[in-house]
Amino acid sequence: MSLWTAILVAAAIAFGLKLAGHLVPAHLLDAPRVRRITAALPIALLAALVATQAFTGPGGSFVLDARAAAVAVAVVALLLRAPFIVVVVLGAATAAVLRALGWA
Amino acid sequence: MSPAGAAAASGARRAVVRQALSVGVATGAYGISFGALAVAAGLDTWQAMALSLLMFTGGSQFAFVGIIANGLHAAPAAIAASSMLGIRNGLYALELTHLLGARGPVRVAAAHLTIDESTAVAVAQDDERTSRLGFWVTGLTVFVLWNLTTLAGALIGNLIGDPRTYGLDAAACAAFTALLWPRLRNRDAVAIAVVGAVVAIVLSPTLPPGIPVVTAAAASLLAWHTPRREQP
Repeated sequence: MSLWTAILVAAAIAFGLKLAGHLVPAHLLDAPRVRRITAALPIALLAALVATQAFTGPGGSFVLDARAAAVAVAVVALLLRAPFIVVVVLGAATAAVLRALGWA
Repeated sequence: MSPAGAAAASGARRAVVRQALSVGVATGAYGISFGALAVAAGLDTWQAMALSLLMFTGGSQFAFVGIIANGLHAAPAAIAASSMLGIRNGLYALELTHLLGARGPVRVAAAHLTIDESTAVAVAQDDERTSRLGFWVTGLTVFVLWNLTTLAGALIGNLIGDPRTYGLDAAACAAFTALLWPRLRNRDAVAIAVVGAVVAIVLSPTLPPGIPVVTAAAASLLAWHTPRREQP
């Protein structure tokens, strides 16, 4: 699969899901259990993405490096109600500074 | 409508436009980080732009580039993760479709603009006309700014060179943390997040990149049981 194919397939599915919600009769998905699980899906996926992006190294092994420090700083910024872009910039700056200093 | 009622309605319309524009501007700013991360993950500027124009749902886009950064063999996992994150837009659409009352091509446009921000502004309004205005102004503002800032971010990302020097890999971690944060509203949500994270880390050494993330989605099945406060 080429990168372009992957992009177009993923984009088509994303649009298809949006359009389906506008076309499908609402009662089909009205079960509270279905709603709870679909609401929980982004939580599980985003947590898994944080975990793998921040705490795994080559070959998928567990590592603690500059990225873990960046997540810690991001959490502090979020506790202080910093906006998204500030959280992202602080995360990047944390890792960049630690690497420049040779500490991580 | 009485003169007082008309004045209140036009006040509500001005208020929703202000709200929609400020949400749009704030969200547009994420586009810079998305564009920079996309090129750091190996996409070219056109590919980064294609995601923002065609996929147009931030969480899915971040997940897609985060996983595809591992190489093309991770493409199926990247598609699976971005699609699962996109399911919520379909649920938003269920709520919105009656509110908007759009038909034909307008409905297709409404579908494309069905995202977290446009839904949040639309459902927060008291009457249908204000909701519709809020949906369209938010959706269109986010769409325009998200695409412009993706382009800016991709151009900046191309100038930077090795993404690690400026901590762009860590920026992705911070971005996912910031996307997750507002969803951790109760103990059930935190439990699901912890299980998802642990499953992904435990599986990472043995499975190809991206697959542990997709597998960790099963943690959402913890929401199968009824929350205690909802039990009779």
